[in-house]
Amino acid sequence: MEKYLIRGGRVIDPANGIDAVKDLLIVDGKIADIGENLTAGDAEAIDASGKVVAPGFIDMHCHLRDPGLEYKEDIISGTRAAARGGFTGVCCMPNTKPVNDCAAVTRYILEKAETKGSGVHVYPVGAISKGLEGKEMAEIGRMKEAGIIAISDDGKPVSNSNLLRLAMQYADHFGVFIMSHSEDKNLVGDGVMNEGFMSTKLGLPGITRAAEEVMIARDILVAEAEGKRIHICHISTKGGVQLVREAKARGVRVTAETTPHYIGATDEWCADYDGNTRVNPPLREESDRLACIAGLVDGTLDAIATDHAPHHEDEKKVEFHLAASGFSGFETAFCISNTELVRSGAMSLSDLVKLMSANPARLLGVPGGKLGVGDAADLVVLDPDRKVVVDAKKFVSKGKNTPFDGRTYYGAVCITMVGGRVIDREQA
Amino acid sequence: MKRKDLLGLEGVSREEITSILDTAMTMRQIVRSSNKKTAHLQGKSIVTLFYENSTRTRMSFELASKYMSAAAANISASASSVAKGETLIDTGVTLDQMGTDVIIIRHPMSGAPKLLAKHVKASVINAGDGMNEHPTQALLDMMTMREHLGSLDGIKVAICGDVMHSRVARSNIYGLTTMGANVVLCAPPTLIPVQIEKLGCTVADTIEDACEGADVVMGLRIQRERQQKGLFPSVAEYCDNWEITPERVALAKKHALVMHPGPMNRGVEIASSAADSDQSVITQQVESGVAVRMALLYMLTRKEQA
Repeated sequence: MEKYLIRGGRVIDPANGIDAVKDLLIVDGKIADIGENLTAGDAEAIDASGKVVAPGFIDMHCHLRDPGLEYKEDIISGTRAAARGGFTGVCCMPNTKPVNDCAAVTRYILEKAETKGSGVHVYPVGAISKGLEGKEMAEIGRMKEAGIIAISDDGKPVSNSNLLRLAMQYADHFGVFIMSHSEDKNLVGDGVMNEGFMSTKLGLPGITRAAEEVMIARDILVAEAEGKRIHICHISTKGGVQLVREAKARGVRVTAETTPHYIGATDEWCADYDGNTRVNPPLREESDRLACIAGLVDGTLDAIATDHAPHHEDEKKVEFHLAASGFSGFETAFCISNTELVRSGAMSLSDLVKLMSANPARLLGVPGGKLGVGDAADLVVLDPDRKVVVDAKKFVSKGKNTPFDGRTYYGAVCITMVGGRVIDREQA
Repeated sequence: MKRKDLLGLEGVSREEITSILDTAMTMRQIVRSSNKKTAHLQGKSIVTLFYENSTRTRMSFELASKYMSAAAANISASASSVAKGETLIDTGVTLDQMGTDVIIIRHPMSGAPKLLAKHVKASVINAGDGMNEHPTQALLDMMTMREHLGSLDGIKVAICGDVMHSRVARSNIYGLTTMGANVVLCAPPTLIPVQIEKLGCTVADTIEDACEGADVVMGLRIQRERQQKGLFPSVAEYCDNWEITPERVALAKKHALVMHPGPMNRGVEIASSAADSDQSVITQQVESGVAVRMALLYMLTRKEQA
């Protein structure tokens, strides 16, 4: 196994309270030493001066589209794209074809990731209900045995509150928690974008914020009554952030995430009916964007997840109503978050690493998220000050669908390492 | 005319609208003459591409094309075939290759004409897209109003009915406010889009308030399907509160116009006694429609020389 000495980088490891220029010696896939002026010996030296060394990002929410939707993305392209974005671990949602609602599909995903993936850890999320139909519970115990990390009916919220309650009780027995896509389908109706002045102006059916907030409130109340854990996915509204803030204050076991696009874009971006601006939940207004940022700053929101949702170009180059929902998110997550949160002055880079690495690792109970001696060398080398212009054509992901194409941000991912192995190194 | 397409009245200037309406007045002479044939569009080909049913708009564009000697063709496509079959962009590119000069599109989804226009060389006229715009309808409405009222400056136009789902409402709001008119909307709260006032109009609490002192009272179609979708409880209760009746029209100015883009649901958004009254110019709107469309086709196909 290769040995590396990563030299002279600013090591940011919030889990261990470190933010200082140090060298990192990596031996046998683990961090063997951290300190100043370490000697390389027979290790390959990596010059990280002027750069940042941080625990690899862990994405709590993505879509790898495999099995069944490989024309959008597969485990090979998806894990490579994740590595390009600085991720060393990703949780893939179960809305594949077939749905990941049984141990066989879970095993397929893990085996393909292991044998053909880029090296990024893949943590499959199982379905709450069979076929995501919201009727009968999926075999949560067997899926856990096969290797799922959590359960979710992502994309198809559990409308039946009793099913949610029973799944919460049942899953807890296996040490599995629910990641909720919180959305009231009746309130969504035929909506395709945020309800507000922009939807009125564009003549597109709107989705009220209440569609998200009603279900977040329900999820919180059920979790509170049961004393169980719930994780709220991809919060997009000011009200949603506030509901989580209040619930946390009274001790509910709730955690939550938002995404780079809810802190980096608003519904004004839909002005040209570009299918690449369609996502679910929809891009909201500036006040929501600012509330999501405030939620990340004050700890209401625990993590930034990408909701990486690759689609084929053909599914986006159509009428807005027909456009598939979602953005290809791995390869823009860091530059958007770094620009909107760190360069804007809202938080420190260490706080951002907490949101993208340390916190997700802790919430998921997986290795990574920290850089202590003896920890697996899952890390990322970043150049946070470098200007990057998003070029979707160059995405490693099959999904080139992003509203951020052509925009300028700050923050490049230079090297991604998993278990002491360089799995991605940027092209010079 | 410098523009390639007419996708909506948003952002169309007062001068442009005036020039279209002036040209339409000339074109109306042709519609009224016994020999309805001119050479204005000789050598031009015009296609109507309708993904939604339409009688008057489509006929009106077709006759406008034919009166001016264009080669006119139709494509009917059901909305479902869009999702299943050829994409809108592919259809547009095909029409381009056939040498089409103007594509007139109606589509159930807002923004579709814009998507088409981006990908074709032909001029695109929006004949109604989803809940977004229906610019030729608003132009013919303005032409009709201007003829009767002399000017649109400072007039009060009450628009009553299903504003939420109406592309006619949005185009009229854009066009009329540009021309200096005051637009007042009235509908059940479930049929008023959020923050519509930001487009420069106002929303009246009651139809009586909307009609009070108005120069024009315009109805918008209420589809029965809206009641089934739970947007209001019954047609009867709708009529109690929002139907355009002679009594309500009487609150408007003495010679106020009663208008409706059609097709009407008599006894729902408008009472027959109002629709058929002396103040109604509903049938004249249809005539204006052909004239306005002739004017537009002429002006858009002459853009090369401009």
